[in-house]
Amino acid sequence: MTRDLETATDREHLRRVAIDPISRVEGHGKVTLLLDEAGQVHEARLHIVEFRGFEAFIEGRPYWEIPVMVQRLCGICPVSHHLAAAKALDYVVGAVPVTATADKMRRLMHYGQILQSHALHFFHLASPDLLFGFDAPATQRNIAGVIAAHPDIARQGVGLRRFGQSVIAATAGKRIHGTAAVPGGINRHLSATDRDALLAEAGTMVAWSQAAVQLVRRLHEADPALYDRFGCVPASLMSLVRADGAMELYDGQLRLRAADGTVLRDGVPSHTYMDFITEAVKPWSYMKFPYVTDMGPEAGWYKVGPLARVQNCDFIPTPLAELERRAFRDYTQGRIQHASLAYHWARMIEMLHAAEVIRDLLPDPDLTAGERMAGGPRAPAGVGVIEAPRGTLIHHYWVGEDDLVRWCNLIVSTTHNNEAMNRAVREVARRELDGRQLTEGLLNHIEVAIRAFDPCLSCATHALGKMPLEVRLLDAAGECIDTRVRDS
Amino acid sequence: MSRPEFLLDGVAVPFDEGQMILEAGRAAGRYIPHLCWHPDFPPHGSCKLCVVKVAGRHVSACATPARAGAEVESDTPEINAERRMLLQLLFVEGNHFCPACEKSGQCQLQAMAYDLEMTTPRFRHFYPDRPVDASHPEVLLDFNRCIYCELCVRASREQDGKSVFALTGRGIHKHLAVNAESGRLADTDFSADDKAAHICPVGVILKKRVGFAVPIGERTYDRAPLHTVAMPKSEDDA
Repeated sequence: MTRDLETATDREHLRRVAIDPISRVEGHGKVTLLLDEAGQVHEARLHIVEFRGFEAFIEGRPYWEIPVMVQRLCGICPVSHHLAAAKALDYVVGAVPVTATADKMRRLMHYGQILQSHALHFFHLASPDLLFGFDAPATQRNIAGVIAAHPDIARQGVGLRRFGQSVIAATAGKRIHGTAAVPGGINRHLSATDRDALLAEAGTMVAWSQAAVQLVRRLHEADPALYDRFGCVPASLMSLVRADGAMELYDGQLRLRAADGTVLRDGVPSHTYMDFITEAVKPWSYMKFPYVTDMGPEAGWYKVGPLARVQNCDFIPTPLAELERRAFRDYTQGRIQHASLAYHWARMIEMLHAAEVIRDLLPDPDLTAGERMAGGPRAPAGVGVIEAPRGTLIHHYWVGEDDLVRWCNLIVSTTHNNEAMNRAVREVARRELDGRQLTEGLLNHIEVAIRAFDPCLSCATHALGKMPLEVRLLDAAGECIDTRVRDS
Repeated sequence: MSRPEFLLDGVAVPFDEGQMILEAGRAAGRYIPHLCWHPDFPPHGSCKLCVVKVAGRHVSACATPARAGAEVESDTPEINAERRMLLQLLFVEGNHFCPACEKSGQCQLQAMAYDLEMTTPRFRHFYPDRPVDASHPEVLLDFNRCIYCELCVRASREQDGKSVFALTGRGIHKHLAVNAESGRLADTDFSADDKAAHICPVGVILKKRVGFAVPIGERTYDRAPLHTVAMPKSEDDA
């Protein structure tokens, strides 16, 4: 049981240890631990300390500005917000469906986003833990250490991310914060020059993605005692899937699968999310705790993201990624994998899928020519749901007859994983930290569990290696007896 | 008989009697920065971006007649620093959030900032509270970006014959207003075809529902900088 670690029964005589900020994740958050004199953990919480005001300051702005404005809440996955907003506003301008050109340009942009974000997370942020060990010296546990020790892996990681960014630039107009998706369609075609340049590299990217999947798979097979157990939190899984059960990251219907693999809900229209999901609030975090409404907050919480998507779909509609999905499934003889580190394996399978989709989509003539915009009768509201790199992303807008946004609701991917991440933190705290002398390496175990979810804590970027960490250990009397400082 | 000349940054510029420094320079292919000046209207002299130095004095090139033999300094570190400061004041006085502004790439204020290498706002932002006016079916007014050039005021009054816009308030409280009892654009005879609907150098007067229709790379100042775009395309244009 890890549930009891959410709130300590008697906080008065406990010492507080904070991991603030959590490093090598997107955005800013902290973990607080409350321990007794024997070092037993009584409370472990992941706090999101940033506050975004986007839902408020979008109100009163013209709807056509929203896909460009709202993507500014993230520097890593702006495309996801850009497209989710555009998809929602397609309903407002009556453009359902959008044209084939608009649909394919947006899909290409989206899969470029999946590719670059997954590459960034695995190679730049997470791989140092996996390649060197959670307790390795902090001076080595970073991308520079990976470059020094594994130059080929690092080169491919950087190359994959660059390619994904190039796909985004070719479709959105810029690598970060482009403007191509507009309510009703897309404002540009893919140029033949960009198409040919991307096609020339697409095969290599598929091969490098395959190698990345193999790397993670080997890590799992080499140390199942760690990989199958660490941060293991059984939970329901939620994601979009295509009508035929295929993995679908751009559009689809919601599916909820129980921790044991049983499909609990299927074919849930994404625009009915408000009937499906409720967001609970807790006083110690700015981030809400969503749950499936009719299951209640105790049983209705779930995971999203690669681990959910790879196990929620019936198949992946590209051959190489499908082979890897089957290998992933066979690794546990078909049982659902819940270990946090399995996120990395699933994430690399998705990266391979994205590389295959990009390679296969690029020659499509609808990308370089064809009608870009559609339209029809106006509607007062629209919901756009997309599978962002970190999970299901929901944008919902009401627009007045004067074209100004009246109300908006955003549920970002990391919010769905809030309960699961907190439980993973408690699981690791209880198993790894209880009664032990705290060290930087030991505290990193907590961060490794959080990192596996690839959270975007405030949807803001930070410069790698510039996040200082100070941990102060106070005794029961409140006296500081130990301090660890990790400089930028 | 040869035309009289003055020196603009050391280069001889011919002019016609009564012509202003900015106009004469422009006709001779010499750009002097400006925001409130427009070839269709008399000099306004309010933005001061066209400041030049003549005989030790800083004057507005749009409103100062050219004189034979005068030595005019324009593209110098001293004058450009003064222009940069004026730009910085304009930026902090309103709410200019270029990253999410649909006029980005087509905005003269932004293009001027690039031209003059303005890298920071420097001064404390005012963050004024200026609600938008979305009452008109075809045109949105986003007062956040107004720089008080009065081009819309002048165009509506002098070319459209309507006087839809006016500046009201004094000093720091000055602001653009719509000339209707309700203050709403929908309650005027403003039309999306008016000259005033197409003259705003920044992002105040916007045709609805087409923002971001022009992709990055194809916007006016993606193709050429302001000091090129602002120059006449033909002799008639000058």
